[in-house]
Amino acid sequence: MTQDTPQSPSRAAHAPEVLPLGQDSLLVRFARAASFEATAACLAFQRAVEALALTGVRDVVPSLTSVSVQFDPSVLDRATLVSAITPLLSEAATGAALPAPTRRWHIPVAFGGDFGPQLSEFSEVSGLSEVQILKDAQETELRVLAIGFAPGQPYLGYLPEGWQVPRQRNLTPRVPAGAIATAVRQMVLFTNASTTGWRQIAETGFRPFLQDRAEPFLLRQGDALRLEQVSHDTYRDLIRNDAEGLGGAKCEVLT
Amino acid sequence: MSGLLHIKRAGPAVSVQDLGRPGYMGQGVATGGAADRQALFEAAALLEAPAVLPAIEMAGMGGSFTVDAPTRFALTGAPMRANLDGEPLGWNESHLLQPGEVLDLGGVSEGVYGYLSFAAGMALVPWLGSVASQASLGIGKLLAAGDTLPLGTDPDTTLPPRRLPKSDRFKGGTLRMMPGPQTSLFDPATLERALATGFTRDAAANRQGVRLNHDGAPFPADDAASLASDFITQGDVQMTGDGVPYVLMADCQTMGGYPRLGTVLPDDLPTLAQAPMGAKLRLEMLDLAAADALWQSDKARLAALRGKAVVKIRDPRDIRDLLSYQLISGVTAGDDLDRGSDQ
Repeated sequence: MTQDTPQSPSRAAHAPEVLPLGQDSLLVRFARAASFEATAACLAFQRAVEALALTGVRDVVPSLTSVSVQFDPSVLDRATLVSAITPLLSEAATGAALPAPTRRWHIPVAFGGDFGPQLSEFSEVSGLSEVQILKDAQETELRVLAIGFAPGQPYLGYLPEGWQVPRQRNLTPRVPAGAIATAVRQMVLFTNASTTGWRQIAETGFRPFLQDRAEPFLLRQGDALRLEQVSHDTYRDLIRNDAEGLGGAKCEVLT
Repeated sequence: MSGLLHIKRAGPAVSVQDLGRPGYMGQGVATGGAADRQALFEAAALLEAPAVLPAIEMAGMGGSFTVDAPTRFALTGAPMRANLDGEPLGWNESHLLQPGEVLDLGGVSEGVYGYLSFAAGMALVPWLGSVASQASLGIGKLLAAGDTLPLGTDPDTTLPPRRLPKSDRFKGGTLRMMPGPQTSLFDPATLERALATGFTRDAAANRQGVRLNHDGAPFPADDAASLASDFITQGDVQMTGDGVPYVLMADCQTMGGYPRLGTVLPDDLPTLAQAPMGAKLRLEMLDLAAADALWQSDKARLAALRGKAVVKIRDPRDIRDLLSYQLISGVTAGDDLDRGSDQ
C-alpha cells in the first residue's frame, strides 16, 4: 500500500491510497479530485481511526480528499500503523454522506472592482457572465470542506460545474486578507494577505482567524455558508472600526 | 532574578522562535518554529539546558541587546559579527551577559539565520503550546527597537562557557528527500532529471519557503491542474504552475494544490534554510525505509550535541581580570592516569 520507491507509481484513481507524508505522518487519500463523497469518506475515516485509540497516534486530520495520520515514531512504526488502519479503508470509502450542517454563516461581500480584481478574468476563462457568477456565488449553499492553508482558513464548495476552472499557471503575488478567490469549483476566504494561484472575485471583512479575538477560530469543518452581496460603499462602512473582524457576518444556529 | 531583555536595535526580520506548535494542522496552523531548528538544539547543549529554549531568530542582521539580570546566552546558527561592550565574541559559543553590558550582533558572515538564546529562558505566555512568532500568518509579530521581553532566571550563571565545533551547513549542499503523496504524479524521467539537476537558491526565500533556480526545462506533473488541495508538510518540494521547485519551510501553508516532488528530511532543512542566495543545492531521493530510519526524537538530537559542547579553554592573555582567578586548585597526588587505567 505504501509507496516504497518513487519509481512505483500507484495510479489507481478510486481505491484509497496510503502514502507517506514526512517521517512522522501518513496520508490516506480517497480521491484525487474533490467531491462531497470524498470529503464524507475522510470524515468517516477520521472517526474510525480515532475510535481505534492507537498508542502513538498524535493527530488525525481530514482534508477535502484525504486524512493525515500523524504518529510518534518512537512508539509506533509506520508498518504497524498501516496494518492497523488498512482494514478501515473500504468501509469509510463507501456510502458516507456529508452530515447536515449545524450552523449557517451569512457573510456580506463586495464583488468586482477593487474588491474582486479578477472577476472579469474569471468570467472570461469560465465562460460564465458576471451576472451568472454573482448569482451562483450567492445561491449556492457553500460548505466548509476543510480548514487549511492558513490558520482558520476555509475551503468552500462546491459551486456549479461551470466553475470548474484550474488554478492560474502563475501565482498572484498578493491578495489581501478577506479576499475571496476561486478555482476548481471552490472558493477560499483568505485570512491573511497571501500569494495564491486562485482568482480573486470578491472581498469580505469577515476574518475566520484573529489571534487576539476571544474566539480566534470561527469556522468549523462542515459549517454552511452563504455569501450576500453588498455595495462597495456598504462594504467600506462594514469594515470601518471592525476590531472583531466580523465584517457584518451573522451565524445562524441550525437544529 | 528574572528580568527584562531590552532590544535597542533590531534587524528587519527578528522574532521569537522555539520548536513551534505541532498538532494544529486541523485549524490550518503550520508547526512553525525556528527556520534552523538545529541551532536551538545547539544552544540548549551550550547552555546545559534540559530542553530547547525559546530564542531570538535574526534573518541576515542581528540587533543590540541588554538585560537587567545576569544570564548566560548562546550564539548559534549563521555566524554574525558579535561584540560584548566592544569585545569580539566567538560564535557557536555560550557567554555571560551582565546588566549594563551591551550585546551587539551585526550582519551574517555566512548563512542566513542567526540565533540568540538565553539560559534564563523567556517568560512569555505560550499560544497553542508555543511562543513562536508566525508573523506572516497573523500569529505574534516581528521584534523592533524599543521592545522588551520578559526573561526567566538563569539556573546557574557560574556554569562555564562552552563551544561547539563550527558547522558546515551555511553554504548549500545536498538535500535528502523522501517520497511524498504526489511523487508518483511525476514521470520517472522527470524525477530523474530533477535529481540530476544542479539548483541554486533564488532571491525569493523566507520563513514560508525557498525557491530553487536551475537552467533547463521545468518539472511538470500529470493532472496537476485538477488536483484537489491536500496536506502539505515542511520540506515538501512543490512545483508551482511554472514547474519550478519551491521548498516549503517552517511557516508554510498547511494545504495546497500544486504537486510535490517529495519531502526534504528534517535533518537537511537547516542546510536549506541557511543556504545564502546563489548557493548550490542538489536533491537526492531516499527510499521510504531509509528515510524513516533517519528519524530522530528531539531528545536524541539534544543528547547527540551535549557531548560535543566542550568547556571553552580560554587563552590566559584574553582574560582581563586574570589575577582575580584562583589558578591552582584541586591538587592531586599525580597518579590520576595510573588509577584511571585500572578501571
